[in-house]
Amino acid sequence: MKKNLRLILSLVAVAVLFFLAWLVEKTEGTQSMAVTVLQKGAVYALIAVSMNLLNGFTGLFSLGQAGFMLVGAYTYAVLTIPMAKRAAVYQYYDGGWVQFTIGFLPALLAAGAVAAVFAALIGLPVLRLKGDYLAIATLGFAEIIRAIVQWDGIGPLTNGSNLLKTYPTLKNIMPGNTVLFTFLVVGLCIGLILLLINSTYGRAFKAIRDDETAAEAMGINLFHHKQMAFVISSFFAGIGGALLAMYQGSLQANSFKSSMTYEILLIVVIGGLGSVSGSVLASFLFIAASEWWLRFLDSEMLIGDFQVPLLAPGFRMVVFSVVIMVVVLFFRKGIMGDRELWELGSRRGAKEGRKKA
Amino acid sequence: MSLLKVTDLIVSYGGIEALKGISFEVAQGQIVTLIGANGAGKSTTLRTISGLVRPKEGRVYFEGRDITDFGTQKIVETGIAMVPEGRRVFANLSVLENLRIGAYLRKDREVIEQDIQYVYDLFPRLRERSWQLAGTLSGGEQQMLAVGRAMMTRPKLIMMDEPSLGLAPLVVKDIFRIIQTLKETGMTVLLIEQNANAALHACDFAYVLETGRITMQGTGEELLASSAIQEAYLGKTGK
Repeated sequence: MKKNLRLILSLVAVAVLFFLAWLVEKTEGTQSMAVTVLQKGAVYALIAVSMNLLNGFTGLFSLGQAGFMLVGAYTYAVLTIPMAKRAAVYQYYDGGWVQFTIGFLPALLAAGAVAAVFAALIGLPVLRLKGDYLAIATLGFAEIIRAIVQWDGIGPLTNGSNLLKTYPTLKNIMPGNTVLFTFLVVGLCIGLILLLINSTYGRAFKAIRDDETAAEAMGINLFHHKQMAFVISSFFAGIGGALLAMYQGSLQANSFKSSMTYEILLIVVIGGLGSVSGSVLASFLFIAASEWWLRFLDSEMLIGDFQVPLLAPGFRMVVFSVVIMVVVLFFRKGIMGDRELWELGSRRGAKEGRKKA
Repeated sequence: MSLLKVTDLIVSYGGIEALKGISFEVAQGQIVTLIGANGAGKSTTLRTISGLVRPKEGRVYFEGRDITDFGTQKIVETGIAMVPEGRRVFANLSVLENLRIGAYLRKDREVIEQDIQYVYDLFPRLRERSWQLAGTLSGGEQQMLAVGRAMMTRPKLIMMDEPSLGLAPLVVKDIFRIIQTLKETGMTVLLIEQNANAALHACDFAYVLETGRITMQGTGEELLASSAIQEAYLGKTGK
């Protein structure tokens, strides 16, 4: 009974949040900074949670997220550019190879699926590595993917190093409801990840994170489960990439650098390794701080006759870096640690105890 | 008939033979122990039986079936559970979650719930700490949990790797009480120990392993009475 009540309460809370987000767009307008932060924050939240599934819950230190986002973003864009616009977009490649267009929803799914296939192939050799070696290998693969996408030989597919554009974006799929749309897609995906984490598979992931040898001795097939976590994480990173493409409006492989992976890793660490709600929270804070709240540091400021020193374009990033260092120094385990928002207040694991009673 | 039978097992790590052809048997319902010093090959023996290491030669039979080439997962399903050295509980999972991981390969949900209660009845301390993170338990409690977790696989044989290692003498007593309890429930136990004295007192039959070979065997009393054992393992000098 109590479990059902909790579930209903959480769903109500989520619905209220969605309503508030919708309200922000209605009152502030789609072009406002608040809406931008909500859009980008939601997209990053999904990607951060997908990365947390690997790094925080399964204990696989992977740095390939940008690569899988890129695969997802390109899959989405290539499949959805309208036929009439293809000739213009692929002007250097005679209109390109792909001569059909699918709807944005199947394209979103395809984005995840293609990223998942890439992950399955890369996972075969890479997941036999551990710790830092795994991180280096996945980082390398992400860079290789980026290089290949820009390669002229497959230009008719990816448009080489030129922009992909005119595919359906947030602004023209649901005009005026861009935030609601993003929240719905992201909310659904994060909900699925939560279900996975709380299933028997999720428990096996955590067991592998805590102690591989013991997990294996319990009959958990290590490679099989690591592969599963890797593929699922990449699936959602692919969808996240596609959403990012929809948010940006145009797409270029060059923007999916490893620094993007580090940004997401930073969000995961600040939110707390092993906390889904932490990742979500941190992602909105991170985006709001980097895009919005610290903007004033970039422009000159006069207090009376006194010109505040140092304030110049770019100074915001300096302050931002210091803020992050402080956070990492004083919140070793991130904002949430490995707890979830809905576990606060009750003693950790009290949930389990009640289930038994 | 013996439950577990190992014949002429040879295991080598990169050319160095850790086991040089050992044979032994574990009879149903008994506590059998392998004792020996560091590097004698005790842990290698356990790891080979549970499928974590592949033998170069030799066979392992369980209930008459040849299980030498089975994977770890299948060996667990066949009914061999391992309590690894150093307990190795999942520190960031609760006691209850640890037990559930033990039942990972099982699909019979209702029986799993009964088995959890069974483990809790056996170790009431675990029931009290059901919601606690395993990492916050004391060494003895962690060992109880490791045993309980192994029992959740519904094994016919439990193999324990140095359960008394690094625990206080009083706690070691508890551990051997746990092993005795296991025997009373009809479980078969293969115990690996450096603590030869305690192990020989607890066991029905014992093998002495020295640098990859079995050099002596007999019942616990026989070996305790042997002067060679007394000198080498029990710290008593022959007068």
